[in-house]
Amino acid sequence: MTMQERPLRILVIDPNRIRVSIIEEGLREAGHDDVVIISDMGQLMRRVVDAEPDVIIMDLENPNRDMLEHALQVSRAARRPIAMFVDTTDAAATEAAIDAGVSAYVVDGLRKDRVKPILDMAIKRFNAIERMRAEVEAVKTELSERKMIDRAKGILMRSRGLSEEQAYQLLRKTAMNQSRKIAQVAESLILAAGLLEGDREW
Amino acid sequence: MNNPSSKMTITAGFIPLIDSAVVLAAATQGFAAEESIDLQLVRETSWANIRDKIAVGHMDVAQMLAPMPIASNLGLAPLPARLVAPMALGTGGNTIAISRELNAAVSQHGVVRDGDAARLAEAFKKVINERAERGERRLVFGIVHPHSSHHYELAYLLGHAGIRPDVDVQLVVVPPALMPDALRAGQIDGFSAGEPWGTAAAMQGTGVIATTKSAIWRSSPEKVLGLRADWAEANAEGLGKLLRALYRAALWCDEVDNRDALVSMLAAPQHLNIDAQVIKAALDGEHAPAVAAHSRPQRIFRFAASASSFPWQSHALWFYSQMIRWQQVQFREEDIEIVRRTYRPDIYRAALAQLDATIPSANAKIEGALSVPTPVGATRGQLVLGPDGFFDGRIFDPDKLVEYCDSFAVRAPKA
Repeated sequence: MTMQERPLRILVIDPNRIRVSIIEEGLREAGHDDVVIISDMGQLMRRVVDAEPDVIIMDLENPNRDMLEHALQVSRAARRPIAMFVDTTDAAATEAAIDAGVSAYVVDGLRKDRVKPILDMAIKRFNAIERMRAEVEAVKTELSERKMIDRAKGILMRSRGLSEEQAYQLLRKTAMNQSRKIAQVAESLILAAGLLEGDREW
Repeated sequence: MNNPSSKMTITAGFIPLIDSAVVLAAATQGFAAEESIDLQLVRETSWANIRDKIAVGHMDVAQMLAPMPIASNLGLAPLPARLVAPMALGTGGNTIAISRELNAAVSQHGVVRDGDAARLAEAFKKVINERAERGERRLVFGIVHPHSSHHYELAYLLGHAGIRPDVDVQLVVVPPALMPDALRAGQIDGFSAGEPWGTAAAMQGTGVIATTKSAIWRSSPEKVLGLRADWAEANAEGLGKLLRALYRAALWCDEVDNRDALVSMLAAPQHLNIDAQVIKAALDGEHAPAVAAHSRPQRIFRFAASASSFPWQSHALWFYSQMIRWQQVQFREEDIEIVRRTYRPDIYRAALAQLDATIPSANAKIEGALSVPTPVGATRGQLVLGPDGFFDGRIFDPDKLVEYCDSFAVRAPKA
């Protein structure tokens, strides 16, 4: 089997679990089923090496970038060299990635046209998440936790046809199951709903 | 750049380490403002970010590992960018810290915590042999980046005793702030990193400072100001102003009377965000071994005195020699000039000509030639340099680079 035919294994390293799930969803929508997620940075290097990824997507602010780059250089287990970004001659794409806070590492020899859509998707979603995060911040200062919960209830009532009481119970149950505050669940829901129902520009 | 108030905005990246002091002081103690510069600080989380953001123009200048601009100009960085280093941000500042267990082991082989690098290296060798005989895993040392003085100094020390880095010991990259925790968790047995992390490990009781950068290579640079060459050309006037602001900030950092202000500036949440006690102890070298060869008053850090901010081209070429030694690059005759021209004493001189600064007349020196403080030629006043050079007495003549590289018994095998 040639490398071009083999499905790509994509590793997403990001401690932000909301962002990870949104990136993962984007990858799966694009037909990439071989996705490995690392959100907990413990034993990072061993897990990267074990995963044998073709493409690594990592958020730019992760302090482990230097560690990852060094390990990719010296690791005998990473049998094929991994270079940064898809195509360093494409300055606009590189800049867009850095703007969005995405760093990407790709094994040598992969065709650019196979990797570029992955990176483009990651950039769009990172940007959208950042926009939504800013909006949620705005909502936060504008609304009390109460209002955030009301807004989340409204989203559930619309999207799932629930009554107000049912929507509240669902939020409460989710919060209990995840040991989180109802307001935190409401916040993730508003964020996710904005991304999934919003202008869908990706 | 041309805003109505005629103030030039320059963005400067920094990593939260003590040797970001000169950049922080220029921005926060009024030196940049006096030169009509609005110096915007951007705190970064990795050297990779500094490298990439400078390369694509998201920041104008940055505190960089001294070998970093050289690595970039030799094509070792993923994004092509031609960089220059017109100023050093001080000398000294690294420590090599080891776990309490490793310290106990080297103490049995005559290490008396005086920072003597040669004796430490010999003791490491014995410990490594003992571990191998007992079938124990290799010692693991943390470094902050492959293209860093931390790496080259640690490897130089190990090599002195015949220890092969990456063969007899394992070198791993760890973010500096995580070094004390990695030491505590037993993931590493020691590390070479910028302060205050050695001091932090010592104060947390997780390790001891076994030796310092200045005990390995005296009067040697740690960080430089790095920027893109095309930015330097397009903003020559602004760069001159920035260098004057940085130079005066470096004088301020050296001044003992400013010590309290320096500590609180560094400790601030938006800067290092570290306990002021740790910063103060690191600046005073409180936990560093008393280095017999050049005991205090030589401090762990020197920001301006003895031409500590001068970008010596011999320093650039020494870093190049170690890149060759450890097979990060192949030697090429034409690269010598690329490396030499990465460090730009000409820009430094031009910028500082109008200040009352004492600047060396030469661009390079023979590292290790000065065993005692020695007056040397300077633009004005009296400049006393040295002692400089290496703990093993080896002399680096930048005009004999190839012979120097060939003189090391321990080096990476040629690919």
